[in-house]
Amino acid sequence: MTDPLLSVRDLKTQFFTEDGTVRAVDGISFDVYEGEIVGLVGESGAGKSVATSSILRLVDSPGEIVGGEIEFKGETIFGLEEDAAGDLRPRDEMLSESEMRKRIRGREIAIVFQDPMESLNPVFTVGGQLREFIEINRDLSEAAAKTEAIAMLREVGIPAPESRYDEYPHQFSGGMRQRVLIAMALACQPDLIIADEPTTALDVTVEGEILEMVQELQEKYDTSFIWVTHDMSVVAEICDRVNVMYLGEIIEQAEVDDLFYDTKHPYTSALLDSMPRPDETVDELRPIKGVMPEAINPPAGCRFHSRCPEAREVCREVHPEARDLSAGGEAAHTAACVKHDAFDVGYEESPAIETEATGGFSAGFTETGGGAE
Amino acid sequence: MATKRDSPTDGSTDTEGTGAGEIEARVGLRYTLRQVKRDTTARIGIYTVGFVTLIAVLASIDNYVFDYAIAEAIWYSPVQDPEQVRRLLPPVGMENQYGQGTLEHPMGTDHRGRDIFGRLFYGTRVAITVGFMATAIGLVGGTLIGAVSGYYGGRIDDVLQRVTETIYAIPFLVLVIAFMTAFGRDLTFAMIGVGITSIPVFNRLIRSRVVSVREEDYIEAARAAGVKDRNIILRHVIPNSFAPVLVQATLQIGVSILIVAGLSFLGFGAQPPTPSWGQMLSASRNYMLPAPTFSLFPGMAILVTVIGFNILGDGLQDALDPRINN
Repeated sequence: MTDPLLSVRDLKTQFFTEDGTVRAVDGISFDVYEGEIVGLVGESGAGKSVATSSILRLVDSPGEIVGGEIEFKGETIFGLEEDAAGDLRPRDEMLSESEMRKRIRGREIAIVFQDPMESLNPVFTVGGQLREFIEINRDLSEAAAKTEAIAMLREVGIPAPESRYDEYPHQFSGGMRQRVLIAMALACQPDLIIADEPTTALDVTVEGEILEMVQELQEKYDTSFIWVTHDMSVVAEICDRVNVMYLGEIIEQAEVDDLFYDTKHPYTSALLDSMPRPDETVDELRPIKGVMPEAINPPAGCRFHSRCPEAREVCREVHPEARDLSAGGEAAHTAACVKHDAFDVGYEESPAIETEATGGFSAGFTETGGGAE
Repeated sequence: MATKRDSPTDGSTDTEGTGAGEIEARVGLRYTLRQVKRDTTARIGIYTVGFVTLIAVLASIDNYVFDYAIAEAIWYSPVQDPEQVRRLLPPVGMENQYGQGTLEHPMGTDHRGRDIFGRLFYGTRVAITVGFMATAIGLVGGTLIGAVSGYYGGRIDDVLQRVTETIYAIPFLVLVIAFMTAFGRDLTFAMIGVGITSIPVFNRLIRSRVVSVREEDYIEAARAAGVKDRNIILRHVIPNSFAPVLVQATLQIGVSILIVAGLSFLGFGAQPPTPSWGQMLSASRNYMLPAPTFSLFPGMAILVTVIGFNILGDGLQDALDPRINN
């Protein structure tokens, strides 16, 4: 198999707050290959957005990437090594901040943000912003960049792009703005686009259109995507491979069909059960009980055990590392749940425990400040 | 970016957002001007400021291009003492111990026999130049310092803000006088001095806006697109934080005019014979009883100009405030 376009290994990003260290991303590893759409799924606060901003090294203080390795097209975006004194320091081949800014951000890896209402500068015209972006990242003259900008607007399905070029963001609807942002991301023909919940703020019909458009454009340009979402139906629609995150960890990783039809982790099943599916009829949806624990003090053992319907005594003690559970010859399917025989830690013998999911204690549905996402 | 919208157990798509986002066009110079014009008081402000500025422009042209040739041709030179001294005359239609007011000097003459109307007219130049220049210095300096300070935060913010507070802590008149004593008593240093003392005002104002603007998604988007910090500050942060600064600038012009008039009164600022309102007021002090109109006119000029800028500022504030629907 070819080398991955982007390879993330054991990435750890932490926020140092007054209340303690928030382990927002706690050792995740995944790959993105050329031309594929990789999903990153999880509840609010699972660490999805922090993971994506870590890839671009855009984590702000008090947050910091504290460990792991990010490689993109053979270049090191992030990597640490021990110096003579045993302290960690950035590796020499790690790209400098100005190299990141000039070569990677926008040019090689573009990002589409969640809220199209907020992601365009309200005081400049849409066309002007798109043109400026193309000018910066593709070294074109102003006139050439304008032609390119109009072409991109047409490409993402904005009618009458010449006249809409001079309009301000508030004159665009949400769906149209998201199209502009996608145009902006595609404009520099990056190899990888990180889409951070780009359709969450849109209604379902617009979402459908956008997804369709992205798929078409993806085939045309052969761009890879990291598609961050909490919506399993979007995952089913668009992704090739999926990473499911829970509390800073990737707990299941599989091709999209395997994930849906051969779910290995109770959290993933719970996510799937909590939404309506066209292929199953149920009387009542089963939401995941409880809220995600704080990332400052993650539960010992399996992090999901406090809400897991299948939790046993052993889940409290053993922290499962994700393992490949696929049978020989199949595509990789990793999961981090000790109920599978491969872990062999005595799940079957262990007594079941009471959790929020089994009705052990009442769980509120209010949001708690479960750490930064 | 907390995704507050998705509730923890809800995997379905959020349907709010679209449709509700149609905001009325509330940006742009034309919209603001239209808004200002709808307000009667603000309109008076615009006309006053426009009128005074026009006079100042005419006076400047005569001063710099023709060296008061126009004034001399049609009226009297505002700077030279007239040959035939008829000092402290009252305005036309009035009488005092020095004589009868004549149409030749509609506002009377000063203690050296110069025409008050002419000096008032040409004094506008000083007032407006000082108002605009001092404010420009404060505006540019304060905006840049405040934007950098607010955008980066942390130690840079601490240092810049402490320096600002130090300037703030010294009474501004003392600061300006000390500054002018050190560098020179003329108008240029008056402008620079007043400009510097107004830096903290703009600095604090814009910093408070920048601190919230820097968290906006489009700033994050710009960073992710590889835009340089300098361009982010100049093109994204400052334009989005500028509305309150613009209002403050209008008010600050009035304040600067007042301060420099005060400085002229104390003998700092425009030096004789350059006509300036503050200096006219200062000279008229000694003749308050025999010729009260001598001090009345420059005082009125200052009053009208400053009020003009203030009501324009208020009007702008209303026009730029999205919470006020009119």
